[in-house]
Amino acid sequence: MNIHEYMAFELIQKIKNKELQIQEIVQFYLERIKKTDNLIHSFVHISEEKALSEAKQKDNDLKNGKSIGKLYGLPIAVKDLICIKNSPTTCCSKILEGYYPPYNATVIERLIEKEGAICIGRTNMDEFAMGSSTENSCYGPTYNPWNLEYVPGGSSGGSGSSVASGQVIFSLGSDTGGSIRCPASYCGVVGLKPTYGRVSRYGLVSYANSLDQIGPLSRCVRDCALLLEIMAGFDPLDSTTVNVEVDNYTNELDKSIEGKTLGIPKEFFSEGLETDVKNKVYEGIKKLERLGVRTVEVSFPYLEYTIPTYYLIAMSEASSNLERYDGLRYGKMSDNLEGSVFDVFSRTRGEKFGPEVRRRIILGTYALSAGYYDMFYIKALKVRSLIKNDFQNAFKQCDVIVSPTMPTTAFKIGDLVDDPLQMYLMDVLTCPVNLAGLPALSIPCGFDSKNLPIGFQIIGNYFEEKLILNIGHLLEKELNIYRKLAPVNRGK
Amino acid sequence: MSSKYEDVIIGLEVHIQLTNLKTKLFCSCNNDYRGKEPNTHVCPICLGLPGSLPVVNKNAVEFATRLALALGCDINKSFWFFRKNYFYPDMAKNFQISQYNKAGGRAFADGGKITIKLNSKKKELQLNRIHLEEDPARLVHKGSIATSPYALVDYNRSGVTLIEIVSDPVMNSPEEAREYLKQLKSIVQYTEISDLDLDGSCRVDANISIKGHARSEVKNINSFKEVERALKWEIQRQKNLLKRGKELIQETRHWDDKRRVTIGLRTKEFEKDYRYFPEQDLVPIEITKDFIDQVKKKLPEMPNARAKRFQKDYQLSEFDSEILVLDKDIADFYENGVKSEKSFGPDEYKQYCNWLMGDISRWLNDNNNVIKETKLTPKQLVDLIKLINEGKITGKIAKTFVNEMMKGTPILEIVKKSGKSRIADKDKIIKVVKEVLEENPDIVNDYQKNPKALEALIGKCMKKTDGRLDPEITKRLMQKHITEISAKNSSED
Repeated sequence: MNIHEYMAFELIQKIKNKELQIQEIVQFYLERIKKTDNLIHSFVHISEEKALSEAKQKDNDLKNGKSIGKLYGLPIAVKDLICIKNSPTTCCSKILEGYYPPYNATVIERLIEKEGAICIGRTNMDEFAMGSSTENSCYGPTYNPWNLEYVPGGSSGGSGSSVASGQVIFSLGSDTGGSIRCPASYCGVVGLKPTYGRVSRYGLVSYANSLDQIGPLSRCVRDCALLLEIMAGFDPLDSTTVNVEVDNYTNELDKSIEGKTLGIPKEFFSEGLETDVKNKVYEGIKKLERLGVRTVEVSFPYLEYTIPTYYLIAMSEASSNLERYDGLRYGKMSDNLEGSVFDVFSRTRGEKFGPEVRRRIILGTYALSAGYYDMFYIKALKVRSLIKNDFQNAFKQCDVIVSPTMPTTAFKIGDLVDDPLQMYLMDVLTCPVNLAGLPALSIPCGFDSKNLPIGFQIIGNYFEEKLILNIGHLLEKELNIYRKLAPVNRGK
Repeated sequence: MSSKYEDVIIGLEVHIQLTNLKTKLFCSCNNDYRGKEPNTHVCPICLGLPGSLPVVNKNAVEFATRLALALGCDINKSFWFFRKNYFYPDMAKNFQISQYNKAGGRAFADGGKITIKLNSKKKELQLNRIHLEEDPARLVHKGSIATSPYALVDYNRSGVTLIEIVSDPVMNSPEEAREYLKQLKSIVQYTEISDLDLDGSCRVDANISIKGHARSEVKNINSFKEVERALKWEIQRQKNLLKRGKELIQETRHWDDKRRVTIGLRTKEFEKDYRYFPEQDLVPIEITKDFIDQVKKKLPEMPNARAKRFQKDYQLSEFDSEILVLDKDIADFYENGVKSEKSFGPDEYKQYCNWLMGDISRWLNDNNNVIKETKLTPKQLVDLIKLINEGKITGKIAKTFVNEMMKGTPILEIVKKSGKSRIADKDKIIKVVKEVLEENPDIVNDYQKNPKALEALIGKCMKKTDGRLDPEITKRLMQKHITEISAKNSSED
């Protein structure tokens, strides 16, 4: 077996047993990125030298009996919108070209500084996380390693494709309306969006700050649980984190789920859902039933309002969050400095933001404007709480809710570029989870006729990450496809 | 009150920096930016760097609670910060984290009042609300804003806590506005949330209208002292326009403190749409009754109550007490002084008050200083008053000591150094009196018709001796001698 075929928890064992050196592992992945990334384009920045020198240091420390943290120098890829001190963090936008944050995000402090993961590179994404296909990056698109003509999903496309193709053992993404789960689903990897407030957002560049969460992408649920255990928890630097004790997620993955109830929302299985997707998700549910769970139908009367609600809130918040990019303090300013300071601000923003970002800023600005605020933003907040109620009503009848992650498998690059509305509709099964602030896991549950992966979504109640990981892990074992790596080719 | 202002309506929005906080509103950077190297008190949060998040400074909330209690506002049980969105080069994020009392938002506290006294008439001025917000960075221009070829941005000020006090439109004259600010300044000093003597620690926006006409908002008044001047100018401008038959428009104007005029912005400027909406990076702040009670317990006696107590404890007049308590440091000084001397009674209390409000205050004004920055101690003033009352020095001499006292020199030392102890020796005084009488035959003649000429002669004696002669003895001896001379003169006639 090659290094990239192992799971993270297995590699940790091998390092502990001195079967493998950290340098060998890091070197291997760097080589693999070099060989494959011209085809996939998962990475927008690779920190080869730094990664190798850290690996060497950690091998030495280990030899000298020093503790090097729970992650034992394993390489991790980080989405290009999580701040790493003195490392380029551009959100795949021209407006942040050349920006090096002077500080680490809290998750970076925990995963890298404290528990010893090594950041091997920054992954491609839709500019400022706005998109579901990673086509809106200023560096160009990422290609789905299962079939290079297809999108990897988005916005954390590079984080999904790099894990799926064995370029890295795990990665970090961020999820505002499905940005972790969509690429996890399209690339056939595990992706978790934690409860809002479970993981610190400090150092995560905001897209829509009432919805954003950082989460892990990995090849198996156990690795995902391992990362979450380290990332999660109260952070004094993020007022929206909640001081709820962090469960020991890895310890109870094999616990019996007999007697648990799965809620099956009929609205999540309605028209627009591809047959292959529907069938594979139902097969997954059957497998869980064999493990002793019961199923119950639950209802989401407000699901049809999800997309307008989500986009109104997300764009409104984005229009404000992205105001700070004017080129004055960091990033790039327009070369043409004629006119007033406001002319320069406008020109800079007009030149440096991509079309999707400009579209969302304009729509969000409009929605927050005097006279429209009540009609759009306030109304969206009201519907948001109705959608939350739908979930709370459902959780009275069940322990978790299961559904497809995405209504379809990956689409071809370029297919939806000119149809943003159709693209927005792809988020219909992931967005409600963000609106409610709930945790949700996506795990691969099979392939469609084109051999593209299908994602199975498990939604938990607040801070019930332990249960969804438990169920996800047992289903993953039953399905037993998780070791499959993407072939990195043009498909069959 | 002069009738010329009867139809004037004024409302003030006062922004006060909470200079007594140690750290900024949303980060732990040092709050004290004055005189510091630019852009050294900064961090990812107050620079608004991508990914940074604000965390509310609990002490700022406590300070706001103190002020709200002192002003008698209703504190809201819970509030949420809002974003006020607008692009400006002094804004780190191009939005300001503030509070909003519409669109589901709440101020920190609503209502409250400030009582003023003008021409011995009391008036209660209603407040609308107070709220917390962050200060933008400081723009530094080369020379004047209009001609500066560039602007530099100093983010040391970015994120410093401001508290905004919004009055109802209830003031009817610039003088009322002046008194309002005087009382507000006093209350702020008593709550110990800010030092308003620091440059740039307060900024005022004023809404001004003539009844029945459109109002203008005058922004950028950067000190309390400027407010009265700006208001007078703006009222005159509005009245002149009306007199010429023109109608006023609703507009925003800037106070130019160099030219001392308000300047209208170009008509292109439109009513700003700040797109206020809740700041999702923060969670609602709960203000519990327990918290309020704790803050209340720590709150010192406020000026109004203190003035009443001064009338009772020190038998001062209402007028004296109200002026004395206005500056907390002066009032504290007063109490420290009069309480330290057991022998003091109502006469001395009044004397002590007169000294503080008279010569000492005058010196502070002339020297642009405040009492706590001088070395004057309450004890010195006690000693001074005792020496005067014991007849060791005269009141006149005492006044010449002020400069030296401010340096902290003990009174006895000043007396010794100046050699200006009182002269009570009869022979010495008679010698001076005789000299003066001889040198001023005209005044002596005048005395026949005008007995007040006596004072002029005594003044001449004092001038000759630097005021050291005992005034009582001198008067008695002068009277005696001038009567003798007069008698002699008339017998010779």
